[in-house]
This record gives sequence, C-alpha cells and structure tokens, in this order.
Amino acid sequence: MIYSKTNFCVLACLVLFLCGTYAFSQEPTAPSNVVAKDTPNDDGTSIAVTWDAVPEEFLIKFNLGMFRNLLQRWSEKIDPEDSFIFRYEILRNTDEGEFEVIVTDLDPKLTMYKDSKIVKGKTHAYIVRGVYNNATSLDSAQTAGVKASGQWFHTGKTPLFLAMLIFSTAIVWNIYHARSGREVFIRRIPGLEAVEEAIGRATEMGRSILYVLGLGGVDNVATIASMTILGQVARRTADYETTLRVPCNDPIVLNVVREMVKTSYLDVGRPDAYNEDDIFFLTTDQFAYAAGVDGMMIREKPAAVFLQGQFYAESLLMAETGNSIGAIQIAGTDSEHQLPFFIAACDYTLIGEELYAASAYLSREPMLLGSLKGQDWGKLLIFAALVLGISLEFFGFNWITTLLQRVS
Amino acid sequence: MKRQVPLALCFLFGVAMIYTQFSPHQYSDAVFEEVIKWGLIISPFALVLAVVTLIQTHVSRIRFRSEHWQYSFIVFFGMLVMVAVGVPFGQLNPVFVWLYDNVQVPMDATMFSLLAFFIASAAFRAFRARAFEATLLLITAMFVMMGNIPVGDLIWNELMSWTGWTDGASWLRQEILDVPNTAARRGIILGVSLGVISQSIRIILGIERSYLGGGD
Repeated sequence: MIYSKTNFCVLACLVLFLCGTYAFSQEPTAPSNVVAKDTPNDDGTSIAVTWDAVPEEFLIKFNLGMFRNLLQRWSEKIDPEDSFIFRYEILRNTDEGEFEVIVTDLDPKLTMYKDSKIVKGKTHAYIVRGVYNNATSLDSAQTAGVKASGQWFHTGKTPLFLAMLIFSTAIVWNIYHARSGREVFIRRIPGLEAVEEAIGRATEMGRSILYVLGLGGVDNVATIASMTILGQVARRTADYETTLRVPCNDPIVLNVVREMVKTSYLDVGRPDAYNEDDIFFLTTDQFAYAAGVDGMMIREKPAAVFLQGQFYAESLLMAETGNSIGAIQIAGTDSEHQLPFFIAACDYTLIGEELYAASAYLSREPMLLGSLKGQDWGKLLIFAALVLGISLEFFGFNWITTLLQRVS
Repeated sequence: MKRQVPLALCFLFGVAMIYTQFSPHQYSDAVFEEVIKWGLIISPFALVLAVVTLIQTHVSRIRFRSEHWQYSFIVFFGMLVMVAVGVPFGQLNPVFVWLYDNVQVPMDATMFSLLAFFIASAAFRAFRARAFEATLLLITAMFVMMGNIPVGDLIWNELMSWTGWTDGASWLRQEILDVPNTAARRGIILGVSLGVISQSIRIILGIERSYLGGGD
C-alpha cells in the first residue's frame, strides 16, 4: 500500500506541527470591547459583563492545546512566547475602589459573565483579564461603573402577557355582554346532566352520596371548581334530604367546604338537614386517604360517588372500588394522566375544561355562561394560530412558531 | 361586609399575584414570598380544627358502635404514639423515623401496589370490544403493550418477518405515544389552561363566589 499507517501518522504530525507553529507565532491580545451593564429582566442582583469572542486563530490554538505539551517535548523549536488563550479572570471594583479578582478560571470560549455577587446600591466596574498559556496576562480596558437595579416588568414575557390579556378581555367582554340577558348556547355535558340522576338514585335507594374533592389544596383551581360543583350538589341533597358525606384531606379545604355546604342547606331552607359531622378530615397522606375513602365505600356502600378535583395515583384505587360496589360514579379532573383511569372505571367523566364549566352549567347563571363563550373564543384563536402557523411553515415562514415558542 | 371584604381582598391579591409572575423586581418577589408564607401560617390553625373533627368522627363511631368501630382505637393508638414520640423528640428521633419507615411507608407501598391489580381489572372492562371505538382502543392497547414488553419485538420479528420490518412493535408503540396520544393530551391541556384562566378571572372579579359559601 502506498499510504501505510506510519506514513499517515507522520503526515498528521507534520500538519499539526505546522498548524501549531503558525498559531503560536501570533501575538496575544487583550480581551476587547468589554462592556458591563445591568442584567435585563432580573431583580437587580446581578451585572452582566460581555466581551468580544476570542479571534478564530486563538480558538484554533485552544483546540490544539491538548497537543501542545506533546509537541513541546517532541520539538523545542516551538516558540516559548506562544499565545494560547488559557482562561479568563474577572476583576471588579466597588465605588471606584481597588480592583479585586472575583473569578479566576473562566472558560476561554465564553463571551459573557453574570456577576450575581454584587453589593446592592454600589457602583461596580470590571476588567476582563486574558491569561495565556505561558502565564502572561493582558487586561482589557476598565468598563464604566454600573449600578444594578431591578426591573418592574419582564420584557421577555411580553408575548405571554399579551396572550393573557387577549384571553382575559375575551372572557370579561363575554361575561358583561351576557348580562344583557341574551341566551347563551352551551352544549350538553352528559357528566353534568347525570348529577341529578345520581342524586335521585341515592335518594330512591336511601343511601348516601360520597363526594371526594381529591388531593388539591384550596389554592388549586381544580379544587375550587370541585367545591362549586359540591355547592350545587349540596343544594339538591338538602332538598331531597339525602346524606352527603365529604371526606377531606386538606384542613383548609375542610373548613371552606363546611361553610359552603352549610350555606347551601340554608339557601334552600333546610338548615336542620345539615350535619357537620358528615364533612370531616381524613388524612393528608395520599394513600392513607385512598384507603380511608375505599373503606368508606365498602362499609357504607354509597349509591353515588363524585370524584371531582385534583387526583394523582390514587384515582383508580378509588374509582375501581366505587365501581365494585355498584355506585353511579361521576368523575372530573384536569389531570390528563388520570383521565383514562376515570373513563375506564366511572360512568361519567368530566374531561379537563368541563370541570371548570360545571358551575356555569349547573347554575345556568348568564354571567358564568358568558365566561364559557369567552373560553371558546380563546380556543378559536389558538386554533387559528395553529392552522396559520402550519400553513406558513410550508412556505418557510416561522413567525407564528417563533411567537408561540416565546409565549410558552 | 361579610361578602364585600373577602371579594375585595380576593381581587387585590389575585391581581397582585398575577403581576408578580410578570415582574422580576425584588419587591415583587418579596410580595410573592410573603403571601406564600401567610398561606403556610394559616395551615396549622386549620389543622387543629381538622384533628378535632377526626377525633370527633372516631369517638362517635365508637360511641354508636358503627361497623368496624374497633379500628377507631387503632387510629387513636397510632395518633397518640406518633404525637408522644414526634412532638417532644422531633421528627429525626430514631424511634419516630423507625415507626415511619416500618409502618407508614410499607402501608403506603401496599396501597400503591394494589394499583397494578386495579389497572388490570379496569383495562379488562375498558378493552371489551363492544363498539367500534372500544375495538380501536383494544387494538391500540395491544400494540402499546406489545411494544412495552421485552419480548414484544422478538414476537413481532417472528410473526411479521415476511414484511421485512424489524422491531416494529417498539417503533409502533413509540409512534402511538408520540403522535396521536400527545396530540390528544395537548388538546386537553389547552382546554384546561383556558378553563383555569376563565375560572380565575371569574373568581378575581367576584363573579364566581360559591367558594365563599354560596349565594350572594
């Protein structure tokens, strides 16, 4: 063979040597165009220092750096005054005082350093020092003094803010438009239609209704939505004198729910039918709560079980137990991972947004129904953005995609 | 006043908390953290009431000899032991840790492990081919299960060797999860997000006030 392995190695070493020799012959330079400024969109606790990237030939040298020692050993002809950029150091002063080194080992590929250890209210100036392989160092010019301050609005979140504003305006406009009394169409939701049926069944059978609010706290929107459904259910159980049992896993939820159910009973003129002991605290532990609810189902055999709110792995444990006792089950959650379990084990399931529509659907209040129409406008906007974005992508325009990426 | 003050506070804090999400300023962060702290402070007070209701429930079960009333003694025994060890000696006390690791954790694990059997029974019901949709679900589930099991691809390669398509089971599983499943999930997430915005606006503006106890 013409090109043996030995020939190839010799050729490779020669190329490396020539490149290295060329590279080492360049003069080292100080970091240039160093600018310090207050970091945008932060809480005023950092200053960003930027500088120009290392010139290409220095980067080549850096990449060859691993061979340097080998080359030096192999040939003493290498210029000892080589100019590998080895690392950066950052120097900082406070209120025009002495410069101190604050960072000693910055990667030479970097062009930015964020100083998060500034003294609040003080002015800082910076120098970027390039340290070269032979330990010589060159300092940049001193930057102007900078004082960090926090920003009141995160400009990077402007698209998200605008999107929120548009959706909110659509919802608010529809809410107030609905006050005029114009009828708002709302599609039939079988899970909510079945609420009456479930309560009626429990009443006829003389058994209780079990209402489970899930594991969410009172700060969880799904739990609040669930509580509004509970309020409507409580009005009907008060009317029919059916026992409503609510085991809670959150102490604050317990107190709010007690107040809600009590008011519902008062509203329909049946305060005597309200029994505070039927709404009780079980435990905060996830699986202990599931075990407690399952135990209640097995012992009391409620005719109807409502599983509404935020659920995790315990969802199927409860839903399957409810199924095994033959209770009519209406579930609803916004946890998309638990929805398949509910769909498999329950008679009716409120999927995602239907949970939030429940209070409007059950109460039929025009203002609440108006907000649902606003939601639909939001969906229409998202759908239009998706169709437009996909269409434009076919023609090589990615404005919508970029905008949506920024919103997310 | 009973309604107006909570509604005004809800509006004020709702708007303030939305603003904190868009403002990186230190004061904004401080407000956010302070409100979260207030929430944490309220919890212990509510917990006292919750524990009282738990005791009341089990006392009444014992008093009226409800079904399985004897188990209520175990509740009291467990509660007293954990309080007696945990309150004076702290959560890092070896006895407390031992009780937690050897009683609480295995019981939690037992409940969690039951899930496997519940999934099997729920899947059996869901996958009965009674309608076109159920049949479609059954076929899709078969492919996903085939892709999940270690011998799935071996079976595929044996049965489908005539197609020349190797390791099709795992590929198909991944495609089902990545494309139709993700698309459906994202649709639900979009709906949920809009629902959350709508619900939040209703609460902040005081239109949805049933959480305050219903009525006006």
